[in-house]
Amino acid sequence: MKKLLSAFIGILILCLLLAGGDYALNRHNNGSSRKTVTIYNWGDYIDPALITKFEHQTGYHVDYETFDSNESMLTKIRQGGTNYDLVIPSEYTVQRMRREHLIAPLDHRKLPNMRYLDKQFLNRSFDPGNHYSVPYFWGTLGIIYNDQKIKGADVQHWRQLWNPRLKNNLMLIDSARDVFAIALITQGKSVNTTNYGQLKSAQGKLKQLTPNVKAIIADEMKMYMERGEAAVGVTYSGDAREMMSVNHHLHYVVPSEGSNIWFDNMVIPKSARNKAAAYKFINFMLEPKNAAQNARYVGYATPNWKAKQLLPKKVTSNRAFYPPKQTMKHLQTYRDLPLHVLGEYNDLFLEFKMFAK
Amino acid sequence: MSKKHFSWGKVYLALVFIILYAPIVYLVVFSFSAGKTMEKYHGFSFQHYADLFADSRMITIVINTMIVALLASLIATIVGTMGALLIKGSHRKWRNALLSLNNVLMVSPDVIIGASFLIFFTMLGVRLGFASVLLSHIAFCIPIVVLMVLPKLNELSPTLVDAAYDLGASRWQSLSRVVLPAIAPGIFAGYFMALTYSLDDFAVTFFVTGNGFSTLSVEIYSRARQGINLEINALSTLMFIVSLLLVIGYYFISKHAGRRNRIVTVKEGDAQ
Amino acid sequence: MRQKAFFAVPYALWIILFVVAPLVLIFYQSFFNIDGQFTLGNYANYLTSSVYLKMTVDSVWYAFLITLVTLVISYPTAYVLNRLPNKQFWLLLVILPTWINLLLKTYAFIGLFSQAGTINQFLRFVGLGSHQLLFTDASFMFVAAYIEIPFMVLPIFNSLAEINPSLINASKDLGANDWQTFTKVIWPLSLPGVKAGIQAVFIPSLSLFMITRLIGGNRVITLGTAIEEHFLTTQNWGMGSTIGVILILAMFIVMAVTGDRRKKKGGVRR
Repeated sequence: MKKLLSAFIGILILCLLLAGGDYALNRHNNGSSRKTVTIYNWGDYIDPALITKFEHQTGYHVDYETFDSNESMLTKIRQGGTNYDLVIPSEYTVQRMRREHLIAPLDHRKLPNMRYLDKQFLNRSFDPGNHYSVPYFWGTLGIIYNDQKIKGADVQHWRQLWNPRLKNNLMLIDSARDVFAIALITQGKSVNTTNYGQLKSAQGKLKQLTPNVKAIIADEMKMYMERGEAAVGVTYSGDAREMMSVNHHLHYVVPSEGSNIWFDNMVIPKSARNKAAAYKFINFMLEPKNAAQNARYVGYATPNWKAKQLLPKKVTSNRAFYPPKQTMKHLQTYRDLPLHVLGEYNDLFLEFKMFAK
Repeated sequence: MSKKHFSWGKVYLALVFIILYAPIVYLVVFSFSAGKTMEKYHGFSFQHYADLFADSRMITIVINTMIVALLASLIATIVGTMGALLIKGSHRKWRNALLSLNNVLMVSPDVIIGASFLIFFTMLGVRLGFASVLLSHIAFCIPIVVLMVLPKLNELSPTLVDAAYDLGASRWQSLSRVVLPAIAPGIFAGYFMALTYSLDDFAVTFFVTGNGFSTLSVEIYSRARQGINLEINALSTLMFIVSLLLVIGYYFISKHAGRRNRIVTVKEGDAQ
Repeated sequence: MRQKAFFAVPYALWIILFVVAPLVLIFYQSFFNIDGQFTLGNYANYLTSSVYLKMTVDSVWYAFLITLVTLVISYPTAYVLNRLPNKQFWLLLVILPTWINLLLKTYAFIGLFSQAGTINQFLRFVGLGSHQLLFTDASFMFVAAYIEIPFMVLPIFNSLAEINPSLINASKDLGANDWQTFTKVIWPLSLPGVKAGIQAVFIPSLSLFMITRLIGGNRVITLGTAIEEHFLTTQNWGMGSTIGVILILAMFIVMAVTGDRRKKKGGVRR
């Protein structure tokens, strides 16, 4: 009993000490009770120095919270309970949030720095006129390959992934839309098809790919490709850049026949409490100097043309990350599909995964 | 012969420990790498530790995580022990039903638990943040405590408790002098397992957190898309060393206290 | 009697608020389709779909294998631990690794198991050549067992520690050899711990999901993965809840099976 009691008291004391430390630390940080702006973003997806700079410049305190997927973030916002002032979802989620009336229209007069955004990234189908969202970073879906294991010429196009020489040497991203996009583009269909017949035939095409598929994974593909576990992977440009900076034998290709182009965007939820600060933050992030600094930190492609000029030539001339006009023309964005169609994508994908051995 | 048997056992144990600690050694080694990822070792550096100490947001998160884990496990252990006593004392017909209900949260995937807790908290109007995270952690830690304590209770001979009553002990006395000391190992086991659950949980915490409150797991998982920085390795190394020191410290204290306790018991016995 | 009620309150409150309430919610949701209309279709879909049935069989099979592997590794571990001086200290050392974040440890396993990894380097050094370790059933089960070992070791250790050494001495005095002593005395007495360990390992293993992707490369898909997908990606909470109900039913069956055995044993003893 004594042992139990002393353990009990010991743990309580430890908690109190920790709470004291927490208090001291945060009082030190916050100073007075400043107004807070809450930002909801992917982890490590902003240069922390920029947050500090924003805090110094404006006097706001920034609460930076993180999520790991669009879907879980959406579930949270939909349920309410917390108020986020600024969220950074991907484009198909922007469309859904708009449809569900979760985000507020933007007043462009409060965002003068939008003039630095490249026209080709504005007015996209997921948000015509950018009434609700401002692009933060953009990228593509493509093929990453290891030049020690395969020649570059063998993986310039999606259809080459079916090559028997890639047997058990291909890694796919664990996402129904992206994997179906490969088959749909190869068959000359839209990545946004709602035709069940087309989907079924795409699934048939994918089933033929199974002997080549080594694994269907997500973020951890970076680790696998960096270590040379497979010759070829289908992945996003952001991840690809990360991998290539570690392993110099890796190269990234955006197939010229077409691929997906994605955007992460800044939006203001309707439930935001501090909209004024959110506008200030968006404008702050659009400032070319800040946008360039952020692009250098995160490593994704910036939609800010002025910021792009501030980046090293080596980065901006890389055709894998800033593809030529010709390829850009063939890139498609995902539209948010009706839920039952999305269900079909996922059920067919699940079946593909179940029987892909 | 028994000596030889003993040494084989030690070899086996050493092997198990090597396996248990291999991934941790791996993480620790890379926390000193000058590179950016766990791909290749790039020479010795303290860089990631320097980054960590400069990152006050991360330190706050670590403190939050530890407070939630320690406190939630503590409360879960108390409630869970009560629950185990309740299950033990209930009629056989009810026992299995209660035990099954107890295990519901262990079999439900975290997303379901997280989503239903989120709905629950918003319905009640609980402000998402420290309180909601603490409550949820207590909730999903209770079943493992019950599972750890119950076998000890089952082994407890009923004659021992009866004897206590016969000697005129009150309910509370028999509990604190006989039952609790006897099941203490189970309670400690329950606490440590609860700690494991709490420290590792991502999905439930993700759904019920808010208002600037975050835990280490949420931070690590949400960093996966950008690639997990070696700063996290440095942090894990430090946490590992601190808990190792705590375990060693606890060991010495309990060894010392154990000796004193024994003397005290003898004296009490003499007095009676 | 009042005191007993006082003890029951917090736990009963927990059961009502955090178990029964979500349970009702899940059960209720399982009768709605993606458009929010009442339906029995989710259950019909589950029972007629080869995908879900195969997934269920797979989940149970892999959970069984994982539990078995964990038990085989853990029992001797607990047994040897129990004979060490300072055994509590060594036991804590078994638990300690679980306090490091699981995702990080899994990444470390990727580093150890990959073709350029430490283990393959060692194999090449010894002259055995490199092998494909990742994305195999073996590596998946190994990592799953790795995660579960402490949950198995602890209860077994505790019930072994409880065994009165004089019983073992008595058995030896009566002429039993080591093996007989083990099967007739030690094993039956440690059974409550083994059962608790099986419950603590088998039940969560049914809904494993993260390492099925990271280490298994989605070659093994469990019910947990499907629920994850339905709740988040498809937003089909109805179907997700339906599978959740199935999982909970499976758990009740496991509980009933282990519970029955205990009752029978009691009967024999009397």
